[in-house]
Amino acid sequence: MTGVLLRAAHVTRRFGAFTAVDDVSMGVEPGEVVGLLGANGAGKTTLIRMLLGLIAVTSGRVDLLGGPPDRQRRRRLGYVPQGLGLYGDLTVRENLSFSARAYGTAEPVLSPALRGYADVLVRELPLGAQRQVAFLAALAHAPDVLVLDEPTSGVDVLARAALWDTIRAQAERGAGVLVTTHYMQEAQQCDRLLLMSDGRLVGEGSEADIIGSTTAVAVRTGDWARAFAALAELAEVLRAAGIEASLQPVPATIEERMLVLSRQAKAS
Amino acid sequence: MTYSVRSATVRFGPAVALDDVTVEVPAGSVVAVVGGDGAGKSTLLRALVGEVPLDAGLVEAPPRQRLGYLPASAGSWAALTVTQNIDFVAGIYGLAGDELAARRAELLERASLTPAAGRLAAQLSGGMRRKLGFIMAIVHRPALLILDEPSTGVDPVSRIDLWRLASEAAASGAAVLMSTTYLDEAERAAHLVVLDSGRVLVQGSYDQVRAGFAGVVTRADQPVRAEWAWRRGRILHEYWPVGDPPAGTTAVAPDLEDIVIALSLARRNAVPS
Repeated sequence: MTGVLLRAAHVTRRFGAFTAVDDVSMGVEPGEVVGLLGANGAGKTTLIRMLLGLIAVTSGRVDLLGGPPDRQRRRRLGYVPQGLGLYGDLTVRENLSFSARAYGTAEPVLSPALRGYADVLVRELPLGAQRQVAFLAALAHAPDVLVLDEPTSGVDVLARAALWDTIRAQAERGAGVLVTTHYMQEAQQCDRLLLMSDGRLVGEGSEADIIGSTTAVAVRTGDWARAFAALAELAEVLRAAGIEASLQPVPATIEERMLVLSRQAKAS
Repeated sequence: MTYSVRSATVRFGPAVALDDVTVEVPAGSVVAVVGGDGAGKSTLLRALVGEVPLDAGLVEAPPRQRLGYLPASAGSWAALTVTQNIDFVAGIYGLAGDELAARRAELLERASLTPAAGRLAAQLSGGMRRKLGFIMAIVHRPALLILDEPSTGVDPVSRIDLWRLASEAAASGAAVLMSTTYLDEAERAAHLVVLDSGRVLVQGSYDQVRAGFAGVVTRADQPVRAEWAWRRGRILHEYWPVGDPPAGTTAVAPDLEDIVIALSLARRNAVPS
């Protein structure tokens, strides 16, 4: 498979007077894991819904697997929503049979970790195992495009590492993966990041590219409680208060970059 | 003043939710409890609040009226406005009149919720609802503030607000204990406690945890021993608990994520004694 799997070209979506997505262009290629970052209300969900053909664009153009995102092309898509989309009242095996029938594919083989759970109701599983089941259900038809919403939130570190192994294996067999998240740990697992704020695409590239020249100030002191109270008026006040502290610029985190962008958006 | 649970064990039927856990929360500091689903975070917090009895061990906590608790679930009434929610809880603690008005205004301002004061809780975003829950937990100036996953599902901007609010509470003298599933958040706390299957995997300041970490983490495209390796983006990291890694491997400086995974693997892969 070659070419861009998922593409938005100058896509805009308005709801009445409100512009949810404003002139966004982006793409996902085979074999890459792309992270879509943004605070709540940044436009991530609206963009995804347009890419999947669930809502129409106001202007611009969306391509899924080389054409408009119709029913036929959506069959080659795998989607794991944050709520997982499983039936809690069905067992693991029943959930997997259901999704396999819906996609007209063979039932997936349970991983060793899930084998003991085959006949357990999904709602009685630990969250990490539920996520594994949702992944199996979404991957059984070997989709060309995989869309994941905060795929590893809430699970322990080992379950998280296992999920990332699964995601990476999909990319290595040629699928394009789009992960929406606002967590650093998930962003750091991606090959490339897209940052949205206030409906627009405001950053693209590696974590370092996104953070750019934004810095934060690290205050190191043994007297942090007083320093914290004094910080509202910064270094001068610290010195005047006789607090031994160093103030030094450090690279910002992605979250801090998002905070800066959101304040700029509010100010303009 | 330091609040604590000591050698705490909690069982739910045959399941051991907490297994000999000791955690101290000194006044004026933020302690973060981190772990995945089922690690025992909520049980630990609820033991301190007095909602879960211990099968063994001791709890030292202030009396109920000096406790502030934000549960993992919503923690506000959807059909009341932001102001009504705060006033209702404040009333339980005997806060009223000008004193309440001043305290409410101060907290709303600090949480950037002043413009939403008249809005129904049902109409708040997830992040705003968590900040309202935080205000309700702290309105009576508790000596011990317990926050169960205040930042889960919350957008990054509100998350930074919540961390500032928790730090301000500690700076004004409260002992603050909060849980999170995110290791990068725990790195910011004065003291972090990593729970795994009901037991303390490691605890201390981030610097102490790093300094106390034994063994070497290497990076590679292909692992030498798959059961000791985990994924970080396009490459894998691998843990060598004892002895030098083989020639040709490249050591990396492990971050908290690496350390927690390595210690979890060491527990899982250990030969039972």
